[in-house]
Amino acid sequence: MSEVDATPVLEEVRGPSALGGGSRRFFDLLWLISVTEFRRVYFGTVLGYLWSLIRPLMLFGVLLFVFTQVFRATSKGVEHYPVLLLLGIVIFTFFQESTTNAVTSVAAQEGVVRKTQFPRLVIPLSTVLTGLFNFGLNLIIVLIFLFAFGVDPSWTWLLFPLVVVFLFALTAAVGMGLSVLYVRFRDVAIIWTVVAQVLFYATPILYTVEFKESLTFHRLMLINPLAVVMTQVRVWILNESDAPSAAHAAGGWIWLLPAAVVFVGVCGLGAWLFGREAPRIAEDL
Amino acid sequence: MSLEKTITSPAADRAAIAAAQPAILVEDLHKSFRIPTQRVDSLKERAVHPFSPREYRELRALDGISFEVHQGEFFGIVGRNGSGKSTLLKLLASIYRADAGTIRMAGRLAPFIELGVGFNLDLTARDNVVLNGVMMGLTPQETRKRLDAVIDFAELGDFVDLKLKNYSSGMLVRLAFSLMLEVDADILLIDEVLAVGDASFQQKCADAFQSMKAAGKTIVLVTHEMSTVEEYCHRALLISGGRIELIGDPGAVGRKYLQLNFEAESNPEEDATAGPLPESDSVRLLDAQLVDETGSPIKALPNDQPVRVRIELEALRESTGLHAGLILTNSEEIGVYEYAIPIGGEDKPMPVRAGQRMSIVTEIENRLVADHYFLSMGINRTYEGGLALYIPNMVDFLVFGGKKSRGVVVLDQQTRSKIEDGPQA
Repeated sequence: MSEVDATPVLEEVRGPSALGGGSRRFFDLLWLISVTEFRRVYFGTVLGYLWSLIRPLMLFGVLLFVFTQVFRATSKGVEHYPVLLLLGIVIFTFFQESTTNAVTSVAAQEGVVRKTQFPRLVIPLSTVLTGLFNFGLNLIIVLIFLFAFGVDPSWTWLLFPLVVVFLFALTAAVGMGLSVLYVRFRDVAIIWTVVAQVLFYATPILYTVEFKESLTFHRLMLINPLAVVMTQVRVWILNESDAPSAAHAAGGWIWLLPAAVVFVGVCGLGAWLFGREAPRIAEDL
Repeated sequence: MSLEKTITSPAADRAAIAAAQPAILVEDLHKSFRIPTQRVDSLKERAVHPFSPREYRELRALDGISFEVHQGEFFGIVGRNGSGKSTLLKLLASIYRADAGTIRMAGRLAPFIELGVGFNLDLTARDNVVLNGVMMGLTPQETRKRLDAVIDFAELGDFVDLKLKNYSSGMLVRLAFSLMLEVDADILLIDEVLAVGDASFQQKCADAFQSMKAAGKTIVLVTHEMSTVEEYCHRALLISGGRIELIGDPGAVGRKYLQLNFEAESNPEEDATAGPLPESDSVRLLDAQLVDETGSPIKALPNDQPVRVRIELEALRESTGLHAGLILTNSEEIGVYEYAIPIGGEDKPMPVRAGQRMSIVTEIENRLVADHYFLSMGINRTYEGGLALYIPNMVDFLVFGGKKSRGVVVLDQQTRSKIEDGPQA
């Protein structure tokens, strides 16, 4: 027990908020909870980390078989279709699993929310951060595939952190917004699983944007920020000489503006929703 | 109780505390909850009726609360269920946001209002201590340094790497409590925790409270336990219907609280649900009530008012005389007092005819300690012999107020003491 400080000053208590309780405590908590959760999941079970690999790898195996052996359609013109497919799946898995976990996270932490003074934002953010650790591990597998398929490293690989930052922001914003909506409307969880499924097919993962040669189609596809990510990742990581960049596929930078608006809109909406609802979560639960 | 031995009477340092700086200052606090009369839980319902007005019932949980807690004060908040005391605590703890009014605090607040809520049962004690320490505002490094002290205090050294889901509830409470004590917050908000753990742990907690008081910590305790408030708190606040009913001396607050409680309990509807009255073939009980000085029925009385009981009987058969025997027992079924009275006369009973009504009004001097009491009655045939009627626990009532004591009754006593002249130092 430490000695008493010099008379503390009266300060106004402002009530609960998304960030409440000081920024150092916020980041300490965020980091500690994410790491502990990650350790619990991957070191607590016998096969540990393998479990987190099995899902994307199974999906990858099935889709690879269906689209290269059964349909033989979409892989034309793509040099390293299997690697591209795996990378796409790993990226999307991060987005999908993190957001799905985040939806119910705040409601699941009811005890903490209702009985402690806790920075509310830590809850959805830590699930996304845990997802990010997992994403990092899955990328190692992607790296092995890249080398196995003979993709040469290039300086554009260094641009990948940009993709991660972008993805993290998008995922966190969606997770934040949905997690507080879920407190009020419990069907958000079901709706989101369906929407995420639709997004999976609406994003060029199984196919690439140019599989349909229509500029309008490209532009419509590329309203989805995730589609921009997938298209750009193909250029930066897979090193294909004739792969179109997002701007090229859409026919000019200007046509990527809708995706930027969607991205900024989603981030803004998620943050605004969370900030608005955070003080009231304890009462609504 | 072990706690009693270590914590000295709060009266001594009360004056010093009253002069201290405020640690918590609450001004005109309002909080109401909107309770939808029809809860809209799904988006579909919102989508189908987007413009239908959402109807709310406004529940005023707190309605203009102002008070201050001084530094180093042990402050009790009491109130019946639904009185708003938990809402008040949650506002203090920044879990709810106030509608109006201000709360100001000096110093760091422990962010828990209940023990162990921050625990994750799937993690080990070690991980949980670190996590909770950080939640309380320490850095992870500081928390790791204090881990041993926490575990030692909770006497859980052998279980530090055991997952909490395998802990017993007693072990969990010990861990939570020692964690809270080890984190040096200036202000602690506690929601009913004192009566936990076994005797030796209670002793430790009492010691810890003592040292926290000595270190100038401010403690706000919400509880139902009147004895806790009266023994430990410097001051107490009684809240009722979202307003402050009384603030000040814990003894006075305790008495007022018990009074409020029993008033609410003795509503007439409950009385109507009483079972059929017992009968025998010679005497029938019509009514038996504890009454106050005005003759209206009550369920509880303060310890400074006499016990008045009114009994109505009806004779079913003729008798040359009846005696009523009354036995007062306490909650441990110990007979406190027993007496008999002749019915109808001063010192000998009068004859009764069939169908005649009899009434007894008896008043017993109240030397009772606070407890739950039962009055049983037997009616004897004075001359014919034999028991005409026996009604165990005919009336039950509560006596409240006074100091909690070990005895059954409070007796007057005169004691003198002096120190004899002895060898001079």
